[in-house]
Amino acid sequence: MNQTAQLLNQARDAVEGTTTLDELDAVRVKYLGRKGLLTVRLKELGGLSADERPAAGQIINEAKQALTAAIKTRRNVLEKERIQATLQADGLDVSLPGRGHVSGTLHPVTRTLRRMLRIFAHAGFEVHTGPEVEDEYYNFTALNIPKDHPARAMHDTFYLESGLLLRTHTSPVQIRAMEKHGVPIRLIAPGRAYRCDSDLTHTPMFTQVEVLTVDRGISFANLKSFTYEFLSSFFEREVELRFRPSYFPFTEPSAEVDVLSESGRWLEILGCGMVHPKVLKNVGVDPEEYTGYALGFGVERLAMLRYGVDDLRLFFENDIRFLEQFR
Amino acid sequence: MRVNIEWLRDWVKFDLEPAQLAERLTVAGLEVDSVEAAAPDFEGPVVAEITAVEPHPDADRLVVCNVNDGRKQHVVVCGAPNATSGLRVPFAPVGALLPGGVKIGRAKLRGVSSDGMLCSEKDLGLSEASDGLFELPNDAPLGQLIREHLQLDDAILDIDLTPNRGDCFSVLGIAREIAATQGLKLETLASSPVAAQSSDTLNVKLEANAGCPRFVGRIVRGISNTATSPVWLTERLRRAGLRPIHPVVDVTNYVMLELGQPLHSYDERKIDTRIVVRLARKGEKLTLLDGREINLDADVMVIADKAGAIGLAGIMGGQRTAVDAKTQDIFLEAAYFSPPAIAGRARRFGLHTDASMRFERGVDPEHQARAIERATELLLDIVGGEPGPCVETKLPEHLAANKPILLRHERLQALLGLDVSAENVERILKILAMDVKRKRNGWRVTPPGYRFDLRIEEDLVEEVARMIGYDNIPITPELSKVHLGTVTESRVPEERLADLLAARGYSEIISYSFVDEELENAINPGAPTAKLVNPISKDLSVMRRSLWSGLLTTARLNLSRQLSRMRLFEIGGQFSVVASKIEETPVLAGLVAGSRWPEHWDFAATGVDFFDVKADIEAIFQITGRLDEIRFSPAEHPALRPGQTARIQLAGEDIGWLGSLHPVLEHRLELRTNVILFALRLEQTLQSTLPNFRAYSKFPSVRRDLALLVEENVSVDQIIETVRENAGDVLQNVVIFDVYRGEGIDSGQKSVALGLILQDTSRTLTDADADRTVSSVTEHLGRVLGATIRT
Repeated sequence: MNQTAQLLNQARDAVEGTTTLDELDAVRVKYLGRKGLLTVRLKELGGLSADERPAAGQIINEAKQALTAAIKTRRNVLEKERIQATLQADGLDVSLPGRGHVSGTLHPVTRTLRRMLRIFAHAGFEVHTGPEVEDEYYNFTALNIPKDHPARAMHDTFYLESGLLLRTHTSPVQIRAMEKHGVPIRLIAPGRAYRCDSDLTHTPMFTQVEVLTVDRGISFANLKSFTYEFLSSFFEREVELRFRPSYFPFTEPSAEVDVLSESGRWLEILGCGMVHPKVLKNVGVDPEEYTGYALGFGVERLAMLRYGVDDLRLFFENDIRFLEQFR
Repeated sequence: MRVNIEWLRDWVKFDLEPAQLAERLTVAGLEVDSVEAAAPDFEGPVVAEITAVEPHPDADRLVVCNVNDGRKQHVVVCGAPNATSGLRVPFAPVGALLPGGVKIGRAKLRGVSSDGMLCSEKDLGLSEASDGLFELPNDAPLGQLIREHLQLDDAILDIDLTPNRGDCFSVLGIAREIAATQGLKLETLASSPVAAQSSDTLNVKLEANAGCPRFVGRIVRGISNTATSPVWLTERLRRAGLRPIHPVVDVTNYVMLELGQPLHSYDERKIDTRIVVRLARKGEKLTLLDGREINLDADVMVIADKAGAIGLAGIMGGQRTAVDAKTQDIFLEAAYFSPPAIAGRARRFGLHTDASMRFERGVDPEHQARAIERATELLLDIVGGEPGPCVETKLPEHLAANKPILLRHERLQALLGLDVSAENVERILKILAMDVKRKRNGWRVTPPGYRFDLRIEEDLVEEVARMIGYDNIPITPELSKVHLGTVTESRVPEERLADLLAARGYSEIISYSFVDEELENAINPGAPTAKLVNPISKDLSVMRRSLWSGLLTTARLNLSRQLSRMRLFEIGGQFSVVASKIEETPVLAGLVAGSRWPEHWDFAATGVDFFDVKADIEAIFQITGRLDEIRFSPAEHPALRPGQTARIQLAGEDIGWLGSLHPVLEHRLELRTNVILFALRLEQTLQSTLPNFRAYSKFPSVRRDLALLVEENVSVDQIIETVRENAGDVLQNVVIFDVYRGEGIDSGQKSVALGLILQDTSRTLTDADADRTVSSVTEHLGRVLGATIRT
């Protein structure tokens, strides 16, 4: 009896003394294993009388249960300690930079263009495109710019050896689209345009967006409303605009629009007007029945105003330090 | 066009500050680009007379002048060659402030003290260069401030005229516009006809029909050839941006600026017998005033005498009959040349003259005699002479008046979206000098002869809108008409590709569509290019046939700026010449250079290679759902490195390239880094397939790995294809997990390790099933590709 109690005490001390799970397991085996000290004692019960056996057995079984519980408790403690130790060893310097690709960039012209197109899409405008190498008819004649007209001097044109030319605006797209789809039509024509001009404020290539609406009953008042809404949406504020008479051969009346900058200066932002009746006739539309408006935007110009870029040429130089500022 | 306020005030008495006037003109359609002061700030200089000139005792180039400023005498040392006694000049006394903040102090010049400074035009900031003192008129009041004397507190408006407003190409035209828009009266300033003092005339014949239906000429004999243009006149010319040349030329320029009618003056003695206005003869030659000899075409109008062409009508005079310092008798010409007869001709000869600009936009067809009278009046004042009669020659049948235009009240209101009363419309049209007749639903309107831009109803609508003010037109939203366009799913939006590449670390660039011809030819030798006739520079002279020239140029620029790691892409057109036609193809192209990853604490810096970029391309076709249809096959491209070049095919069609830059090009461009290039035809690339859902198996999969020994020239594509063909439906996927060459492998061979993922949709595969599949695969690999299993 005493022996069992003694053994249990001894085993308990051993359990408490363990520092690793392996040690703990060794203690378990020593006392509770198949040949463990307590297990063996149970086998020795056979040497006792039938009367003594139940009571002695109960004592030994109780001791075994007590030891099993003690081992379990100790195991919990040691497991916690082990996880704790692992966590300590696996700690990271979370301030180190991450691994892998950094985010690339979208060109500011693309970024601006996308916003414009998204705004126009709300108003039901569809994107149309056309060739950059054009002929005289689509770039000039159909747009009411006859040969030798002084207005052609406003468009310093790049000519190709074949007699074709690089479009000086994306307006030819309106001719092609109306020829193909007829009216009513609401379209936007984004794309590259070219003029033989290169200085601080001109690059030989630029990005233009042409907007065209032709329908019954379209008026100059509608054009004004559209322009206000678009520019207010684009600049995310109620813009103050100035419409002033101007001249484009393909619109009549024509206007240039200035926006009042936050510093109080008028900045020229787009040209627009009511589609010239000759342009409509050229695509077989009766100007008595249909009227329309057209607007032309320089995308770089809008991007410059929006992002504070002060040199047009930077857009086409593609210095990574420039590009990286537009994600 | 540059015009000064003080000159405008001769014609219309407005009470507006220059900036206000500029604003009013701008909103009326005459865009004022800038408002400049007529002279820079200076203070103190006055009119003074040189009363005596003595040589400087110690300097050959200097003289000592006695100067009278009306109050007292000053001694001034001066180095100007034209310092002569009796000359009135600007004098800046001690204490005066010259432009640029230069303060005049008492100075000693080579031992002689000077009480101030005599000024040239340059000293006063009135010209860029001067060759002597500014000579003032002999009656300039002594002591008067120069600013006052020259009316320098004046402003110059620089107006950016649109090509339709030829009528505003003069002081008169702009004054007319100010009067109309501000409700002011236009001064008439009629020159009274100058009486003839002789009966000398030149015979003028008009043979160009509508090209020149009116020609007014006058002979003036015996002009002084020592006279100079008065300061008031040269000052006005200066403010308009013209330099004085010769009194006769100055006068004709002055009248052109004032009335908008270009004039020409000939040395009358050099004209042979008579004047004819006619079309040039093919092959006819003419030496222009600027000394250039040009070959004329039959659609160019000339002024000719008996001996041949003496001027390019409406553009530039000829050298043979030019006025010079010895000219005594002149012949003045003021003609009406019609816009169609002039338009484009000046450009053809590389000319852009004040006269051609006005004629091609249209000058007032009624104004010629008035211009001659005004010029005669000024000439007699300045150079004297004896005028002959002012002779008009005309072709009345070709002097058609402007046609009337029907303006409908209803149309006007509908087009503008504005209610405007009939009275208001009529009032506006009349202010603009139109002849207005009331009709039932509108008006019959005849614009004045000088308005070449008013031909159709809409032109009149603009005039009314302009006068009402665009700002007074309401802002009215359109009635909404809902139309839903189609949104296709068989084409991935371009945006998605750009976003994908940006997410994979690429930067989008936009480069010029025209490039350096040499670079273009180095990239793609032999193929024809579309050349620009008039390029801006040599390095932007041919249309690009690929986007690589722009990408390589961008790479070179960034490398030169010490930015060495780059991943760039561009979307844009390329232009190839096929059977002498230009084909325009939208392309997505990219360039990757430098290290694989941004510099990092956990990666060794390794250079990017072919397979890094291939993954980017594969990612694109994952998006379009067509990765299975893409093939990369070995090929050769002049810009790419042999052995590291792949042609990209989509469903058997060539759509692009991927490869390392050819070392020869790398060297030529001095890139000194590894560069990978790719290009994909955009339209084909964007074509996508709709996802089509397939149920996936709920039974476990089995993986079997194989290590194959194959000849070097056996491609992984071939291996995978053979596996696919022979593994049956249970094959879900094949992965390549190792490619090995070297120790243990014969040279000329490689070991390829692949994993076969097998799975059945209806049951769990057994080992026997898997073994059967693998042995069928290995048998075929052996037979078709000569592969042996490595054990």
